[in-house]
Amino acid sequence: MDQKANRTAVEDGTEQRTKERSDRTDRLLHELVAYLRDNRTDLRQEWAGRISEAELLGVMSDEEIFSEATAVYDNYVDALETGDIETLRSYAQELSERIIPRGVETHEVLGIVLLLRDVLARSLFAKYQDDLDLLNRILDEYEPAANRIAVTVGVSFVEERERVISEQQEAMRELSTPVLQLRERLLILPIIGVLDSDRARQLTEQLLGSIQENRARVVVIDITGVATVDETVANHLVQTVEASRLMGASTILTGLSSEIAQTLVDLGVDLSMMQTVGDLQGGLEEAERLAGYRGADSGAPGDDVTE
Amino acid sequence: MSVAILRQGDYLIASIQSDLSDTEVLSFRQELTDLVGRHRARGIVIDVTALDVIDSFVARALRSIVLAAKLRGAETVIVGIQPDVAIAMVHFRLNLQSLRVALDLDEARALLDSSTRRDAGDGR
Repeated sequence: MDQKANRTAVEDGTEQRTKERSDRTDRLLHELVAYLRDNRTDLRQEWAGRISEAELLGVMSDEEIFSEATAVYDNYVDALETGDIETLRSYAQELSERIIPRGVETHEVLGIVLLLRDVLARSLFAKYQDDLDLLNRILDEYEPAANRIAVTVGVSFVEERERVISEQQEAMRELSTPVLQLRERLLILPIIGVLDSDRARQLTEQLLGSIQENRARVVVIDITGVATVDETVANHLVQTVEASRLMGASTILTGLSSEIAQTLVDLGVDLSMMQTVGDLQGGLEEAERLAGYRGADSGAPGDDVTE
Repeated sequence: MSVAILRQGDYLIASIQSDLSDTEVLSFRQELTDLVGRHRARGIVIDVTALDVIDSFVARALRSIVLAAKLRGAETVIVGIQPDVAIAMVHFRLNLQSLRVALDLDEARALLDSSTRRDAGDGR
């Protein structure tokens, strides 16, 4: 019994101390926040000044910097007071959305947040320089919160940037492989840029889907816009052609530059099963013949389809 | 039996409904070559639309059927390879040069029409 009572007393004592400590923390934090609110105008002014001084946010005008600084400052103090960083996070995200298209860099965003932290810390030093003990305790409260805020803003910015980048990548990927129907059952696939494994796979998938959808008989792949072809790329092309054949479409490859042609010969890539025509125009003529649009003497549509 | 074989004019149409075991492949080949002789078929269409994967075993089976049918005087066309299946087949590096392929039944018939007519004309 005694033991139990003792333990309860000890627990009570611990709780008491925790409560006292959190009370004291609250009081300090409250004092800190009140101080930052009272000196809002000066501190904000100094911060904006330090930003221009450090030549950060060069793409924004002074007025813009000042108004954003005001909003960030208020959110910053709110986050300090409540410890709730959600509002700040969503503000930082929204801010990032606005400033990323204007070319604001990660180092600038981190720079201004750290500047604000420094400006506020300096002002705390100035205010409490006579009472070092109190200053220490105030900093104990201020520093972790300020660091968390800096991390939140930085991470929000980077996340937003990554989101924008992946969105753009997706858009580029979609744009980069247009499968066009030139005539009924005749598709054309112009490839521009670098052909890596990822893109080659995606391109093949898209092409095969289009073949099925349009019941294509002939596909013209034009690689005029491909700068260089190495062995890997050549093998991708061979696979694309072979897969198209399995879908019942014959493929004509056009637009091989003389450099690419020589490279392929030097590499010893087996292109014997590929039908190649020098330029797109010739390729289209050949494709129309294969698809049975021209030259009735060449036989019924479908002749040579799988050869 | 997981293969239905239908006759249409001079052509036989074999539709594979599910994955084939070794013995099923053999009996399928047996039945098909028998039917080619019995109906004097000039063309065969093998429909593989229902197959989710065509591995080296299935590819070899198809090839052996094509060759056996050829010896009995019939051309074979494979139809209905799905895009995913085609990509996988290419990645497996299966030897598929001897297979003639068409997108669907209409295409296969057009292909057989032209090739068997040409065969007759050439006297092959």
